[in-house]
Amino acid sequence: MDLLGYGAFFLTTALIFSLVTLGLNLQWGLTGLFNVGVAGFVAIGAYTSALLTTPDDAARLGGFDLPILVGWLGAMLVGGVAAAITGIATLRLRSDYLAITTFGVAVVVQLVALNAQTLTGGPFGIGFIPRPFGGLAETPLLFNLSNLAVVSVVTLIVYLALEHLSRSPWGRVLKALREDERAAISLGKSARFYRVQAFAVGGAIMGLAGALQAHFTGFIAPDNYLPALTFQVWVMLIVGGSGSNIGAVIGSILVWAIWAGSGALTSMLFSPEQQARAASLQIVAIGVMLCVILLVRPNGLFGDRPRRPRFGKRARVAPSESGS
Amino acid sequence: MNLQFVADGLLAGSMIGLGAIGVTLTYSILRFSNFAHGDFMAWGAYATLAVVGAIGAMFGKIAPIAPLSFGWPLIVALIIGMAATGLLALALDMVLFARLRAKGQAIIVVMASFGASMALRSLLEFIFTSRPTYFSRAIQIAMPIGFGIRITPDQIALLLLTAVLVLGVHLLMTRTQTGRSMQALSQNAALARIVGIDVAKVVRVTWIIGGGLACVAGVMIGMLIQIRPFMGFEMLLPMFAAAILGGIGSVPGAVLGGLIIGLAEAGAVQLIGAEWRAAISFIILMAVLFVRPIGLFGVGER
Repeated sequence: MDLLGYGAFFLTTALIFSLVTLGLNLQWGLTGLFNVGVAGFVAIGAYTSALLTTPDDAARLGGFDLPILVGWLGAMLVGGVAAAITGIATLRLRSDYLAITTFGVAVVVQLVALNAQTLTGGPFGIGFIPRPFGGLAETPLLFNLSNLAVVSVVTLIVYLALEHLSRSPWGRVLKALREDERAAISLGKSARFYRVQAFAVGGAIMGLAGALQAHFTGFIAPDNYLPALTFQVWVMLIVGGSGSNIGAVIGSILVWAIWAGSGALTSMLFSPEQQARAASLQIVAIGVMLCVILLVRPNGLFGDRPRRPRFGKRARVAPSESGS
Repeated sequence: MNLQFVADGLLAGSMIGLGAIGVTLTYSILRFSNFAHGDFMAWGAYATLAVVGAIGAMFGKIAPIAPLSFGWPLIVALIIGMAATGLLALALDMVLFARLRAKGQAIIVVMASFGASMALRSLLEFIFTSRPTYFSRAIQIAMPIGFGIRITPDQIALLLLTAVLVLGVHLLMTRTQTGRSMQALSQNAALARIVGIDVAKVVRVTWIIGGGLACVAGVMIGMLIQIRPFMGFEMLLPMFAAAILGGIGSVPGAVLGGLIIGLAEAGAVQLIGAEWRAAISFIILMAVLFVRPIGLFGVGER
């Protein structure tokens, strides 16, 4: 019974991670947009939903006591708008600028979460976030299973929607832009407009995932959204294979299993005072794993067909050389 | 408004500027933004600290030089630390970045640098724990130098060191054959190869300069604030902002960008409080990207 309960809990967390990874796959795998601020967009969603749905709290703004579904929609909206603004600012420039800016977004979101007490509750975070089937909390097994069902349904809907999108004309334009930008532009597709759209939809999915997580645990704090989260999601996508939605889901479950498993292992092997050190070794291992996969098997388990090897830079330099 | 923020800003700006030189050189010559650069700072600081400890164990306690808080061991350790950090950067390039560069996708290298950054930082946390340490616990008396500004002898020494290093790198870039090769490679890689520039050597020099300066910046942070595994990672955003503000590829631009961001941060700390310091670089970064993405001394993208 305990094992079943833990299994449900584990899968729920893993599926929430898959949602984030699916959002990143839309941005990176399908469109080639590099987002180093994943944690920031997840945090935006979590805090938005928490603000909308918690009961009124005198210590901070709101607590609007709205239904959970409204919280989720709000999280998607705010996450999407934040991503759209980031995209509009940087997508006309070189891809590195987007990476640096998204990194900055995550830093600023973390700063706001920590310091804007009246909005986010500061370092102590926000508690009493309503949980779906909260009435079942007396029987943990039933509670975990019903939450797993909710998260599974949401993940399935997002997955099917993304599969449909990537086969639609819209998705084909994104792939065309990723593979050969100049050819796509010459067919009359506005590169920047499509990319901003893809980035915004990805941000909205990340926001939704943040909201799901917040309502599953019932409590959020700035510490949940450190750069390590961004890093985990990237490893999940790369292991699964960027470009493949099913790869994103399986990669997330696999990496989360490794992460949780090695966490349990270190807590068994090391004394409590050595735990923090052992946990940092865990991150070293995952970081090395990311680099090794990039070197040895860059397409991951289910990666899209290999892209033509070429430098984005060289492709851009070539015409000016032959032209002059 | 108290003018003390000028001194604080110049010091913070020196740290940011020294780091931003490495970022801007890596970006213009190797064509990727290196997210592990901040962690070179932290590794440099810890390497220097370790050498100071080793010297202390060998020669016993050594009296500091007159008004400064440190003696010759720190100076020797800093030089060894700079070499060690340069070697670390070279090693990382050999194992990871060079191989990925050869495969040809620039953005994959950025991602790998992000992974390497996480691994390097957590490795420091594992070895030294996350507890902050210090080069010296002695408290220096800050002396007034007029206009209500106070500054310690250590801070003056570090500002002078920064000026010397920046001048040195600038001379190297403009007056030596190596420096001119570096500029040639950043302006047109294909043409630079055709005229027979030794690309591998330029890449090595780039990493050694970047790593060495990052180490100095890390030691500055260690002397004026504290040494922690996260110290370099937190400098990443100000460094990127400074490099972009100054114009990618420009060494004087990176330093000027660093000083502007340092002064803006120090001024903002007085006006809106220290907890919002990190947001300043983001605001400046966004402003530059909207108004003049090539930065102050930048040249258009090639």
